[in-house]
Amino acid sequence: MNYAFDFSAPLAYWPDLLNGAWTTLALSVSATFFGFLLGVFCALANTGRTRWLAQLSGLYIEVIRNTPLLVQVFIVYFGLASMGLQVGAFTAATVALVVNVGAYTSEIVRAGIESIPRSQLEAAECMGLSRWQTLRHVVLPPAIERVYPALSSQYVLLMLASSICSQTSAEELTAVANRVQSDTYRSVETYLIVAAGYLLMSLLMRGLLWAVAMVAFPRRRRLGTPL
Amino acid sequence: MGFLTTAHLLFLWNGLLWTIGLSLLAFAGGGLLGFLVALGSSYGPRWSRLAVSVYIKLIQGTPLLVLLPLAYFGLPSLGLNVAPLTAAALALSIYVSAYLGEIWRGCIESVPRTQAEAAECLALRWHQRVWHVILPQAVKIATPPTVGFMVQIVKNTSLASAIGFVELARAGQIINNSTFEPFVIFMVVAALYFALCYPLSVLSRRLERSFHVAHR
Repeated sequence: MNYAFDFSAPLAYWPDLLNGAWTTLALSVSATFFGFLLGVFCALANTGRTRWLAQLSGLYIEVIRNTPLLVQVFIVYFGLASMGLQVGAFTAATVALVVNVGAYTSEIVRAGIESIPRSQLEAAECMGLSRWQTLRHVVLPPAIERVYPALSSQYVLLMLASSICSQTSAEELTAVANRVQSDTYRSVETYLIVAAGYLLMSLLMRGLLWAVAMVAFPRRRRLGTPL
Repeated sequence: MGFLTTAHLLFLWNGLLWTIGLSLLAFAGGGLLGFLVALGSSYGPRWSRLAVSVYIKLIQGTPLLVLLPLAYFGLPSLGLNVAPLTAAALALSIYVSAYLGEIWRGCIESVPRTQAEAAECLALRWHQRVWHVILPQAVKIATPPTVGFMVQIVKNTSLASAIGFVELARAGQIINNSTFEPFVIFMVVAALYFALCYPLSVLSRRLERSFHVAHR
């Protein structure tokens, strides 16, 4: 243990590291947004009455949840290219993350939808609401409010998992870290700095998701409590 | 799949075996550490609860892809030479311990308080209370989520490819470098991972259901 720590060498790369952190955040936020939409859609398809749609979304969820994100990223990154679609590394990474987190979101939201008591649906029907109105006003808001804590942990995990995109040529924080450590030979310091960065960003993500909850759920009761 | 020769398939098979081996190592190491984490946070004195919660927050707030190179590049610069397998097993164990520890803490705490009180009334010692009364019930509650988490472990071993450990994902990358058929090869790799993980997912769900029935 006669190792002299020297944080100055990797810290000299701070503009690159900051850039990488920004890319990670942009990647996570866009994947969260589109993944949420995809997940809600799949949850509705999965609990809905159209048989083939339910089976299809069930298959999608099982396949995604039982294969590693790394392999999914490779399939999207190389697969799109070999199908002749030339997309940038950032786009490919976003698509892979959206597809991945959509499946997890869908499972969580499905649990929320199934927790809505039948009597509420019957009441909505009695009041003459259409099926779309029932979904929009009776089912989805309380369902999502109820599972919101689970959703936000999933999205923080997504932010951490976005580091996997460094294995393609997406220049996010971990990819920058790999480059910095091979430039400076200061691997421990570099990865410690990056770990601290990820910790800060996970706090930031939690803050962001909390702020979204404050706007989206105006009733201000404790999130996740039974209705 | 004419371009996947027997040699390629054998190489993939080898990778699959290493994935299984690494998963087992990570589960054993992570389970052992996680057990200590769970005990430390539900029974320890105040300082150990605090230390454990900081540990969990730190590990759960860092991506595995940062922990792995930290172990692989970091330990040698501290004077310890580690092979990729050792580094991967170590980093995965630490990562797994934070999550399993948290899951198991919840399970220990979900055993009704009255059980511990009754055991105390019967004049059982602390270790007897934990060993004969709390843990057997907690293990039953903990089984479905633990099996479910094993799926995460198997999937996360794919990240060991980043530090040059040749498991299934890395084997796929290497074959892809020689055949340039990424779509096919990674589909095969994904199918192999699916074959490993899906039975575990189904088992976890079935255990959960049977447990719920038993609880009613």
